[in-house]
Amino acid sequence: MPNYETFEHDVLVIGAGGAGLRAAIEASAADVRVGLVCKSLLGKAHTVMAEGGIAAALANVDDRDNWKVHFADTMRGGQYVNQWRMAELHAKEAPDRVRELEAWGAVFDRTKDGRILQRHFGGHKYPRLAHVGDRTGLEMIRTLQDHGVHQGMDVYMEHTILSLLKDGDRVVGAFGYERERGRFKIFRAKAVVLATGGVGRAFKITSNSWEYTGDGHALAYEAGAELIDMEFVQFHPTGMVWPPSVMGILVTEGVRGEGGILTNNQGRRFMFDEIPEAYRAHTADNEEEGWRYCQGHKDARRPPELLTRDHVSRCIVREIKEGRGSPHGGVFLDISWIKQKLPNAAEHIKRKLPSMYHQFKQLADIDITEQPMEVGPTTHYIMGGVRVDPDTQMSRLPGLFAAGECAAGINGANRLGGNSLSDLLVFGKRAGEFAAKFAKENQHGPVQSEKIDTVAREALAPFESRGRGSENPYAIQKDLQETMQDLVGIVRNEAEMRAALERIGKFKSRAEKAAVTGNREYNPGWHTALDLKNLLTVSDAITRAALERKESRGAQFREDYPNRDEQFGKVNTVISKTEDGLMQISLEPLPEMPDHLKQIIEEMK
Amino acid sequence: MNAVFKIWRGDTKSGEFRDYTTEVAEGMVVLDAVHDIQRTQAPDLACRWNCKAGKCGSCSAEVNGMPKLMCMTRLSELPLEKPVTIEPIKAFPVVKDLVADVSWNFRVKKEIKPFKPRPPDAPDGTWRMQQEDIDRVQEFRKCIECFLCQDVCHVLRDHQMHDKFIGPRFLIHVAALEMHPLDTEDRIEELRNTQGIGYCNITKCCTKVCPESIQITDNGIIPLKERVVDDFYDPFGWFWRWLKRKSDRQTLKR
Repeated sequence: MPNYETFEHDVLVIGAGGAGLRAAIEASAADVRVGLVCKSLLGKAHTVMAEGGIAAALANVDDRDNWKVHFADTMRGGQYVNQWRMAELHAKEAPDRVRELEAWGAVFDRTKDGRILQRHFGGHKYPRLAHVGDRTGLEMIRTLQDHGVHQGMDVYMEHTILSLLKDGDRVVGAFGYERERGRFKIFRAKAVVLATGGVGRAFKITSNSWEYTGDGHALAYEAGAELIDMEFVQFHPTGMVWPPSVMGILVTEGVRGEGGILTNNQGRRFMFDEIPEAYRAHTADNEEEGWRYCQGHKDARRPPELLTRDHVSRCIVREIKEGRGSPHGGVFLDISWIKQKLPNAAEHIKRKLPSMYHQFKQLADIDITEQPMEVGPTTHYIMGGVRVDPDTQMSRLPGLFAAGECAAGINGANRLGGNSLSDLLVFGKRAGEFAAKFAKENQHGPVQSEKIDTVAREALAPFESRGRGSENPYAIQKDLQETMQDLVGIVRNEAEMRAALERIGKFKSRAEKAAVTGNREYNPGWHTALDLKNLLTVSDAITRAALERKESRGAQFREDYPNRDEQFGKVNTVISKTEDGLMQISLEPLPEMPDHLKQIIEEMK
Repeated sequence: MNAVFKIWRGDTKSGEFRDYTTEVAEGMVVLDAVHDIQRTQAPDLACRWNCKAGKCGSCSAEVNGMPKLMCMTRLSELPLEKPVTIEPIKAFPVVKDLVADVSWNFRVKKEIKPFKPRPPDAPDGTWRMQQEDIDRVQEFRKCIECFLCQDVCHVLRDHQMHDKFIGPRFLIHVAALEMHPLDTEDRIEELRNTQGIGYCNITKCCTKVCPESIQITDNGIIPLKERVVDDFYDPFGWFWRWLKRKSDRQTLKR
């Protein structure tokens, strides 16, 4: 083995978004040495793009709110295949995690009596999202970053992990490279926390950045951990659709929370046309009631625009497919109409949705205070991920923890808006706490030099395959994105997904021939080639899991199985790697929910 | 329609502009053109980006000589009959192509005294703040750390006084802390000494390039300069604070 630079930490956190930073802060507070590795510069992770808010039952705006309501909302939104214990912990601990951010310097919007203001969001019964205009993610990541750097952790910016290192079953470190010089590095750690986010770059239309290549999912899978719920990919109902270059960029649900309405090309508010049974009692049956809800009238019920994201996305797809879409293949989202209701509506919109105003003005020449926006679904989030213990966030591999989007369980078949930022905080903290505990109870394990040699050799292959049947890594990525978008997207069926699997197989052989030019220093072509492996692994997993779940539930809509099936409501899909390297999938029963929680769900129905 | 992009290619040792021609479609931004070129002609062209929506501040560069976020600069705003030049920001050393070494900024920030809140206002450990008291701080906290203000600040860019001056980004960071209603820390002495606020002669170049439209000079730097002046040059203020510090020390002793 060449002499790679080696770094030693008690806890190594991979990923510096909300979950990774929160884990690193917690582990540092437990007085262990922490290393934090991130693909981008610190503070640029995808959390920065979260807009709407952090869901927590603070009950500042509506005193009827409490953890039980939040728990029931989360389970209902996830169509009851969530890990109940994670949903419970999340609902109970989110308020403390938000208040803690304030103690670290976050400046949330305020209520009239000076407390943290909360806004309405889809699927949440009461106004629950602590927010800062429509840039809550920026506030959160900056707060964690500024607090974290004073805790004594070592931050490795612009580093990518290629493989986890193991000693027997236990994870004892990671191996990766730094972008700047392209040098390989060994990170030895007593415990490793994955906090790498999601997989959005597997799809063509996405709100996700280049970083979102399923690294944590694939690293964990390759090391022998299990992935669950991979079929559940959330398509956010409102992404930009025009001009083409901005397709997929997120338009916050906060627009609808502030009173924005969805209409088709006939001017009809089509969301009133289909309201799911589980939500009928909570949903307004007329436009006036919907508006009064957004204005905070406690006796009013939510407008149908604030139904869960899976449902809203499907309604939008229906309108477009049936010829009632907007000129550029979306539907209309209109916030400007509120000027009929509010004096100074334009000012109000600019104050509550400043980034949206800016984004449309600058990128699409649309003034959202005057004109409707055109929007359509965009790949946003994956509910599936590494299977973890709900209390400690440890995977089935000792020493390997996961938190945030790359872990699974809390969201079930569909995530509610705002539950992601709170998930990052609640389970980031828990992962950091228990990883530190694990690190204190264990010594460093030996790293295997053969493994490192193999990973290094494979990583350098794109430079060596120059000239012999070389494939452009960008082209493979683009073809994969189109395949996943077209064949494993919002509406799925068996034939298309079988075709997708076949194509993924071919992409894998093409990826082995990926070739790059230039040298190892800051070479995006090389990085794209290396990320392909992870993208292909998660695409494979998503497709297989979606095939296995022969029903429609939450984010998964199968046109060949359009209804919910009670049998599938009792199971998770579980994916793992067999000893001979094959991807295997099984259905496993959900953990049994205790009676007192079942009772809460009944009471809140 | 095609357009020509003159992109700076090079590393720490040397570099040059190279021409790339790519097709322009409706609505495209500069970053789209860079990505097209990367995908089809120059796969190893280094550039930073993340959100592509003006929220992360990664893709800062100089487009036709102006500091810009590449993701928010529409091609339709540029004269495409001439080549569009794209080069890295200049106040910091280059790493490769469009990527600059901005690590200095992270080191500077770490030296600034962190937030230190007063004890909570309510028994449940929470605070009360009025919206109008935090509007200004929220304005400063919109900063996406793109460092375009640092790039255009002549104290850093032309005079390279990185060891004496923290630049507009971090003056705004200090302002956000100093004006935070809950904060109890005092950062005025460092502002004057190690952070070099006196070097800013309020040319407002930073404000002009801020993609978040933060009124860096008027709302942040000038009020901070006033606080520094009050603290160090107003004899009555100085005497009063001396007394106060003395009595604080005595209180502590007791």
